[in-house]
This record gives sequence, C-alpha cells and structure tokens, in this order.
Amino acid sequence: MKISTLFYTIKQGFANIFRNKWYSLASVATIAACLFLFGLFYAILANFENVLKTAEEGVSVTVFFWEGTTDERIEEIGQMIARRAEVAEVKFQSDDEVWAAFGPDYFGEDYAEGFPENPLEGEDNYEVYLTDVSMQDSLVTWLNSIQEVRKVNYSEMTANTLSGVNLLIAYISLGIIVILLAVSIFLISNTVAIGISVRKEEINIMKYIGATDFFVRAPFVLEGMLIGLIGAALPLWIIYMLYNYALNYVVARFAILSGFLNFLTVEQIFSFLTPVSLLVGVGIGFLGSISTVRKHLHV
Amino acid sequence: MTRKELLRKKREQIIEENGIIYLDNVSKSYSTGSPALNGVTLSIQPGEFVFIVGDGGSGKSTLIKLLLRELTATSGSVYVMGNDLAKLKHRQIPKFRRNLGVVFQDFRLLKDRNVYENVAFAQRIVETPGSEIRRNVPAILATVGLAGKYKAKTKQLSGGEQQRVALARALINKPSILLADEPTGNLDPKNSWEIMNLLEEINEKGTTVLVVTHNREIVNAMQKRVIAMKKGIIVSDEEEGGYIDED
Repeated sequence: MKISTLFYTIKQGFANIFRNKWYSLASVATIAACLFLFGLFYAILANFENVLKTAEEGVSVTVFFWEGTTDERIEEIGQMIARRAEVAEVKFQSDDEVWAAFGPDYFGEDYAEGFPENPLEGEDNYEVYLTDVSMQDSLVTWLNSIQEVRKVNYSEMTANTLSGVNLLIAYISLGIIVILLAVSIFLISNTVAIGISVRKEEINIMKYIGATDFFVRAPFVLEGMLIGLIGAALPLWIIYMLYNYALNYVVARFAILSGFLNFLTVEQIFSFLTPVSLLVGVGIGFLGSISTVRKHLHV
Repeated sequence: MTRKELLRKKREQIIEENGIIYLDNVSKSYSTGSPALNGVTLSIQPGEFVFIVGDGGSGKSTLIKLLLRELTATSGSVYVMGNDLAKLKHRQIPKFRRNLGVVFQDFRLLKDRNVYENVAFAQRIVETPGSEIRRNVPAILATVGLAGKYKAKTKQLSGGEQQRVALARALINKPSILLADEPTGNLDPKNSWEIMNLLEEINEKGTTVLVVTHNREIVNAMQKRVIAMKKGIIVSDEEEGGYIDED
C-alpha cells in the first residue's frame, strides 16, 4: 500500500465518524460507559485484592520439632522449606525468643522470676509465610511427612476463606468484563452497519471504478477502531481524576484506615488499566467493524 | 517469456481475432421470468463507437452489467479486453474495471464531495501519486469544460455539468473502453448534445465507446453503428444505422 493510500484511508476513517456523527457519538458513549464501569470495577477490585493479599501475607504456618532434633537438622529443614515455590518467607524462632515473646503477655514484666528455666524449651520453630494461601494444604502435608516435625500449626479456615473470596472476585470480574465487551462489540457493529447502509451508493460507485476490497473496507474498520480508541480514552481520563480525588479524600478524612487498609496508588492502577483499556477499546472496535464489514459489504 | 507476458499476448490475440468486446452465444437468466439475454453474439472492435438501443426489458442493462462483470452469464462467453469474464477471480475484478470507464444516467457522484474530489477519487483508487493527481484532474476537467468549477459541490451543478464530472471521472484513468448507460437520460437536448459531442471526441482519441440509449434523435443524427435489442436478442446490427421503431 502506498503512503498516499494510507493517508487517504486514515482521512476517510475520520471523515466517516463525522459523516455518521450521531451514531458514532452513541457508540463512543456506550463503549466509554462500558470501559468506565470496567475501570471502576478494576480499581475497586484491585484495591480489594490488595487488602486480601496483605491479609494473606499475614497467614503463616508454624512448624515445631521433636525434642532431640539437632540444630543442624532444623537448619537443614529450614532451607528445604525456603526452597519451595509457595513459600514467601521463613522465620526461625528459638525457644528463648518464643519465651521472651510470650512470657510478658501471660506473666507480666517479671515473667522470668518463677521460672529458673525456660518452660518452652524445645519449642524452636519456623514461621512460614506463603505466596499463595491456596497452597497451604499441600505445604502442610509435605511438612507433616518430615520425620523430625512434631506439629504443624495452621488455620485452615482463614486460608480457605481467603482463597474462596479471591476466586469469587475473579469470577465476578470475568463475568462483568465479558458482558461489557459483548455489549460494546454489538454496538460498534451496529454503528458500522448503519454507516455501510447509509453509504451503500458510495460503495457501489467505488466498486464500479475499480476499488479493491481493502480500499473499500479499510476506512470502516479504521472508523470502528477510532471509535473504540476514543471510547477507551475518555473513561480513562475520568477514572484518573475520580480515583485521585477519592484517594486524597479517603486518606485525608479517614486517616485511621490507612493503618490496615493499604490503597493502591493511581500509578499502580493505571499501569495496568491504561494499556488494557486502550487495547480492549481498539480491539472491540476492530472486531465489531471487521465482522460487520464482512457481513454487510460484499465487494 | 513470463506467465504475465503470455497472458497479455493471449489477451491481445483474442482482441485481434474477436474484438475488444466479444459475446459468444451469451444468455442470462434470472431466477424468475424469461431470459434477459438469449443467445447474444456480438463483436466490437477497438476504437468503435456503438449505440445499443432498445426499449425497457430488451436486455440492454443486463448487457452492461455483464460487461462490467457485475453479473456472470448463465451460458456462453463474455470477453472484454481479451479477458474471459467467467474466469476472472473476485480479486481480479477491481483491476479489470480500472480499464473500463463507466457513466450512468443518474451520474452516481459522491454528493458530499466537490468536483475535484469526485474526479481525483478515481485516481486515488488506482493509487496514483498525489502530484500526478494534482496535475491530471485540472487537465481532464478542462477537457470536459469544467475547469472553473472544480471547487463546486456536485449538488450545486446542473444535470449536464454533473454528467461531465462523471465523464471526467470515467476518463481520468485513460480506459480502453467507455460504457455509457443512458448518459443523456436526465438531460435536456442542449446538454445531451454536448455530452454526445464529448463522447465522440473521446472516441476520436482512440477509446472504444459503447452508449446505451433511448435517444432517437441523437442515434439517428450521429450515424454510428447501432445494435438494436428486443426481448434479450439482437434484432439488428447496422453500420451507420438509425433508431429502429417498435412498430
């Protein structure tokens, strides 16, 4: 394709939008509404996930050893645990550290006075933090299979609840996204179909003069992609402003929340949302228009 | 010799032997009713000026559609510029049509564009460089007598002027054949004559011109080859002929 043809196609793609301006506007508005909802859901869900992730990071499995297990063996087991893929972090706590941590809670500041020896002797343990709580079961099974391991403490309910909520969120997001995309594709294809019917005569003239299929079709496909692009850029800008505002508002008004609720920054949200929204917008524009052009434009 | 050269040679041979337009026992039937064309055999030589006359339902429009490869024949063969149109693949049609200029009764101009753009459009389709388009369009507009109107929107023009724009668009890519389907159908006598004179000038420069018309006066006055059709068959074919009356 020659450069002049490329420019001509681009010019016609833009011109098509203006020739058909009300339908174009309706398509842009609907795609923008869909992608706005998508962006909004994403911003909320991403923050929710972040909160869950923080909670997950706090879930740990504690591993205790039989009396008489040598320090070398305990260290070796510690290294084996650390090498596993689902393990994020392994912390060793000696029995003295455990006693120093718990003693004051139960017996006050003078906790050591009635105990000439450490009552928790032999309670050396590892606190194991996971990258993904759904992997907790397999880790516990593996830990229990180690001969020197006496006991593994873990909370099955916490892990199950967290991974269940995670899965539910993933399904809900997927469902919403699929519906929004389907609606957008339908709308773009409608706009292009109307554009084609309005310009049937012009297309016929082009055919008589000897225009190739590409020459006739390309402006319509470009029109769809442009509608998608504008429909994606608009909600991105709105969400950017809204998110920034909401974040500042929440942080300023509810400073107390920031202790346990960790909000994602606008950059973190948009580093994902911008490319995905733009790609989705252009993608649905492309798919919607190309399918319509194929269906309605027999050139 | 490459395959392309071989094909070109073959096309040239067909043109030499049978003419630039050649229909061999062509019939065309639609799903309902009697055939629109019934065993038509016809040969037109390069550089000829031919009128096709006949009333509604005579098969003239079907003939034009077959020549444009908008339709394919039910039986028989249609050759245009040496191409067997039945064998033309879908992707080859645009290139084939670029060698055919076509003018219609209803002009078929792009209404939202000006005169210049309507003519330039035909060159953009064949990917002519912009600099050439800027040179060619004013020249062809001057030929059809519209040099001063290149900026006008087509709906601001009279019927005669619109047909001139259509003619300029049909000619700008220097086609071998010009098909004119009732070119004077919507024009007054003065404009009709001006268009016909332009067609004659174009023909004198070497383009084969095929005019489908109802215009008795023009056909009789111009003394060109006249092919008369009725109910899908050719009823007469005369050099320097006239309009045949139905009665």
